Amino acid sequence: MRDFSYIAANTIPEAVALLDEKGESARILAGGTDLIVQVREARRDVDWMIDVKSIPEVNALDYNIATGLTLGAAVECYKIYADDAICNAYPGLIDATKIIGGTAIQGRAAVGGNLCNASPAADGIPPLIVLNASCVIAGPNGLRELPVEQFCTAPGQTVLEKGEMLVSLKVPAPKSNSSSFYLRFIPRNEMDIAVVGAGASVVLDDAKQTIVSARIGLAAVAPTPLFAEEASALLAGQEVSDAAIDEAAAAAQAIARPISDMRGTAEQRTHLVGVLTRRALNGAIERVREAT
Amino acid sequence: MLENKDYKVIGTRPIRHDGVDKVTGRALYGADFQMAGLLHGRVLRSPHAHAKIISIDTSRAEALPGVKGVVTAKDLPGAEDRIADLGEGAVNLKHLCDNVLASDKVLYKGHAIAAVAATNPHIAEEACTLIDVEYEVLPPVLEVRQAMEPDAPLLHETLKTTSMGETADEPSNVASHIQHKLGDPEKGFAEADVIIEREFVTGTVHQGYIEPHNATAHYNQDGQLTIWCSTQGAFTVREQVAEILQYPISKIKVVPMEIGGGFGGKISVYIKPVAALLAKKTGKPVKVLMNRADVFEGTGPTPASFIRVKMGATKEGKITAAQGYLAFEAGAYPGSPVGPGAMCIFAPYSIENVIIDGYDVVVNKPKTAPYRAPGAPNAAFGSETVLDEIAEKLGIDPLEIRLINGAKEGDRRADGPVHPRIGFIETVEAAKAHPHYTAPNGKKHHGRGVASGYWFNIGLESSVTINVNSDGTINLIEGSTDIGGTRASIAMQAAEVLGIPAESVNPSVVDTNSVGYTAVTGGSRTTYATGYAAYEAAQDVKRQMIARAAKLWEVDEANVQFADGEFSSINGKEEQISFRDLCARFGETGGPVVGSGTVNPGGAGGAYATHVVDVEVDEETGKVDILRYTAVQDAGKAIHPSYVEGQIQGGAVQGIGWALNEEYIYNAEGEMTNASFLDYRMPTCLDLPMIDAVIVEVPNPGHPYGVRGVGEVPIVPPMAAIANAVYDAIGVRMTELPMSPDRLLKAMGKI
Repeated sequence: MRDFSYIAANTIPEAVALLDEKGESARILAGGTDLIVQVREARRDVDWMIDVKSIPEVNALDYNIATGLTLGAAVECYKIYADDAICNAYPGLIDATKIIGGTAIQGRAAVGGNLCNASPAADGIPPLIVLNASCVIAGPNGLRELPVEQFCTAPGQTVLEKGEMLVSLKVPAPKSNSSSFYLRFIPRNEMDIAVVGAGASVVLDDAKQTIVSARIGLAAVAPTPLFAEEASALLAGQEVSDAAIDEAAAAAQAIARPISDMRGTAEQRTHLVGVLTRRALNGAIERVREAT
Repeated sequence: MLENKDYKVIGTRPIRHDGVDKVTGRALYGADFQMAGLLHGRVLRSPHAHAKIISIDTSRAEALPGVKGVVTAKDLPGAEDRIADLGEGAVNLKHLCDNVLASDKVLYKGHAIAAVAATNPHIAEEACTLIDVEYEVLPPVLEVRQAMEPDAPLLHETLKTTSMGETADEPSNVASHIQHKLGDPEKGFAEADVIIEREFVTGTVHQGYIEPHNATAHYNQDGQLTIWCSTQGAFTVREQVAEILQYPISKIKVVPMEIGGGFGGKISVYIKPVAALLAKKTGKPVKVLMNRADVFEGTGPTPASFIRVKMGATKEGKITAAQGYLAFEAGAYPGSPVGPGAMCIFAPYSIENVIIDGYDVVVNKPKTAPYRAPGAPNAAFGSETVLDEIAEKLGIDPLEIRLINGAKEGDRRADGPVHPRIGFIETVEAAKAHPHYTAPNGKKHHGRGVASGYWFNIGLESSVTINVNSDGTINLIEGSTDIGGTRASIAMQAAEVLGIPAESVNPSVVDTNSVGYTAVTGGSRTTYATGYAAYEAAQDVKRQMIARAAKLWEVDEANVQFADGEFSSINGKEEQISFRDLCARFGETGGPVVGSGTVNPGGAGGAYATHVVDVEVDEETGKVDILRYTAVQDAGKAIHPSYVEGQIQGGAVQGIGWALNEEYIYNAEGEMTNASFLDYRMPTCLDLPMIDAVIVEVPNPGHPYGVRGVGEVPIVPPMAAIANAVYDAIGVRMTELPMSPDRLLKAMGKI
C-alpha cells in the first residue's frame, strides 16, 4: 500500500477548499470501506484522504413525517436501520442497508459513500432512486441539488466536479398507501455483491387495488444503476395484477444492458431483471397491503 | 490385534490441549513471527498465463531505497532434469524449481518470477513494480480436452506421454496415461439390462484455507538455515528446500508454526525457498507473506477434470460392468491426482468387470496440489451420478442399489488391492435407517439425493517421544502439525495405554531437529499413524516402568502387572504403586524414563462415507439451498468423537461449496477473474444447515484401537449427492460443476 496524506476537515467550506486545491489526487474519506480497500489493492491513486466524519451536515439524520428524510452522506448503515421511524417510512432503503457487506461493514459504511463509490452493483442506489431521493452537493459555487438517478455517470464515476462533495441525501416524505422494497440476487445468502439488484416503490389507491404510481430501480445491469422510467410509467393507473407486473418487468428487462463477468452472464442478468422486478413490485405491494 | 473395547479415555471428549490459546488469539501463527532486523519479502508474479521470459532487469528495483536484495531463478542452483523423491512420490526437480521461481517460461498467471526483500512490505511491493520483465506472450491452453488436442500449444517442449511403461516420441501436454482393468468389461456390458453412459465436467477449486502461506527464513553465521512457517509437514519442507537449494538437510531446521488450515494445500513449498534465498542474499532474516490473490493464483488448487462414466446393471440392480475415463488438469507441471481418482472411482462397489483410463494433462493454470481425498471427489461425481440414474431406471431405491453392490472384505478393487475389513455396507445401512432418509420430502422444488464415497487413507512414517514427568504427567513430543485436533487424538491414545487422563498429557508439535522423522499431516494419516507411534511410545514407557517397579520391589518383571493406572506385584509380595507415585521415584530407580515409538504402518484401512441431502431449487433464479444434510461415515474407532464430527462436517461443507459455486473463472487470456473470497464463492455459515454427522465404527484391524483416517472421505460424496437431489427436485441432471445458478438456468432452459 503506497503512502498517502490524511487530513480531517471540520466544515463544509474547509472540505470544499481542500478538494478544490488537491483536485484529482484527493478523495473524501467517510467509512472507508471501499476507499481503503481500493488504495490497498492499487485500484485507485490517492495522495490525500480528506476525512469528513466530523462535519455536522454529513452526519445529519433527520426524519420528519411531513418533510421527509435528510440523510447525511457519512451516516453509517447501522444508524439508519436502528431508527424505527425511518424503517417504517422507507423499508426499501432498509432492505439495502441490511445487506451491504456484513454487520461489521454496516458499522462503518455509509449510504452516501455507496452512492459516491458509483458501483453499478451498489445496493444503496436503486432504493434511493425509487424513493425519489435527491443529492445535495456542495462546491466552490455553493450548493446544488440533483436527482439520485443522475448522479452516477459510469462505473466509479459521478457528476461531482472539482471541489464538489456530496453533503446529504433528501428523501421525500412517503405518500399514504405507499411502500418500497429492494432485493438482489446473489448465489449465496449473504456477504456477496449483487448479480442483479432491483428496487421498487408503489403508491396504491385507498382500496389498495390500483397502482397510482410506481418507480423501479435496477443495479448491476448497466454501467450505472438505472431508473426504469418506462417500466415504472406503465404501471400508473393499472390494477394490481400479474399481467401488469409482468409487463413492467418486461419493460425493465428491455433497458438492461448487462455484461458477462465473474459474477454472472449477460443472459442470466437479463433474465434476473424480470424475476427481481416482479419480486420487488410484489414485495412493495404486499407491504402496502400489510400496513394498517 | 485390536485391544479391548472397554476404553477409559478413547471415545471421550476432553477439551483440546491447544484450544484455549487458539480461541483467545494467543496461538502463534507464521505471520505473527517477529525477529530483530527482520526484512520483508514480496514476490513478483507473471501477468501472463503463458509466455517465454526474454529478460529480467532488476536494477531499478535494487536502486530503490530500502531494498536489500532481489532474487530470480538465477539465484537457484542449477536444476538439471532430475527426479527427487520427497516422501510423497517422485518429483521432477526442474519442475519443482521452476514452480518456485520461473526460469525460462511462465506457465500461469501468478507464476513467481522474482522476489524482493526490503525494510518494510510496502517498499518491497513497490520494488516489484520496478522489475522489468520482457515476455514473448504465447497462446494459453486452459482446458483439459483442448490441451489433449494434437495441435494444442505445448507447455513443455520436452514432455512426452508415458503410457503403461512406454514413452511416446513426440512432445505432448499429456504427461501420462494409466489404466486399470479387471475381468472382461465387454462381456460385462453385454450381460447388462440397462447401460448408462454420461460425461462430466468439473471446475478448478481451491482448498480455501483461511491462513495464507507464510515463511520466515534465517541463516546463522555457521550456515544453519532455519525456516518458521505454516505447513502440513515440517520434514517435507526440509526435503523440498534441501533439493531446491541443494543444501544438506542436516543444515536445515524447519519450525512449524500453528496452521490455519491446509486441506492438502500446504504440502508443496512456494515461498519457503524464496525466503531462504532472500535471507542468504541479504544476510538478514526475511519474512514472506502471501495475500489472498497470491494464494489463489500462485498456489495449487485441485484440478478441473473431464470424466466419462459408463455402467451397466441387470434388472435386479447388480452392476455387471463399469468403465471410467478420467482426464485431469495437472496445471503447469505434471502430477495431477488422476491416480487416486482412478483408484477410488468404483471402489465402493464389488464389480467383476472394470476398465479405468486416466490421463494427467498439463494446462496453463497453477500446478495442482492435493485437496482432501485428491481426485476422488471428481471421480465420484461421475460414478455416483450414473449409479443414481441406473437405480432410477430400474426403480430401485438408491441406497438399496448400494447395498446390492457394496464392497465387502475380500473383494478386489479394480486397481488391484483386496479390501480388508471395511465398513461401506454399514454406512449405507445407517443412512437408510436415519430419520432424515425416512422423513417425507414431497414439497415442490424440494429434492433428496444420496451418494457414497471412498478414500484409501495412508500410513507412512511417524515418530513420538514421551518424556515422563515426576508428577505423573507426560510430555508427548510429535512431528505432526495439528490441523484438526490431532494433539488431542494422539495424546488420548498414549493416555489410554498409561491409564492417565488426557489432561495429564502435554503434547508438543516440534521442529525437525527435535523429533524423529514424521511424514506430512495428510492422507488422513495423523490420528492413525502418529497415534500408532504414540501408542508404541506409551507401551515403551509402560515396559520401562514395569522394570522400575520390579526393581523397587526386588521382584521379577514378569511378576509386575499394570492395570487401571496401578502397578502391582503378583505371585507372592503384596505391593502396589500408582503410575503417579512411581514417577516420583525415578531418581532412586535408575533416572528419567523416556519412551519412544516409530512406525511405518501398512494397514491404514480405507474409509467410506454415505451422504443424504435435501435441497430446494428456486426455479426462477437457479439458486440451490441446502435444507438438510446427513453425513454417515465409518471412522473405525472415533478417538475423540467431536473432532471426527468436525472433520465430517468440514468435508461435507467444502463439498457443498465445490458442488454449488466454487470455481476458478478464467477470461480468454487465462487470467483468473475471481481471485478473492468475495468472488470465489465459498459457502458461509448462512448458506448451510447444521451438518448431521453420524459415526459408524467398524474397527480397522491395522491399528491397535481400530482407527481409520477420517479427514478426507467426507468431501467425496457431496457433489453427486447434491446433483442427485437437484434432479429429484426439478428433473434435470446436472453434469457440470459447479451447479451455479446460471448453469442451472441454462439446464432448465430458462436462458
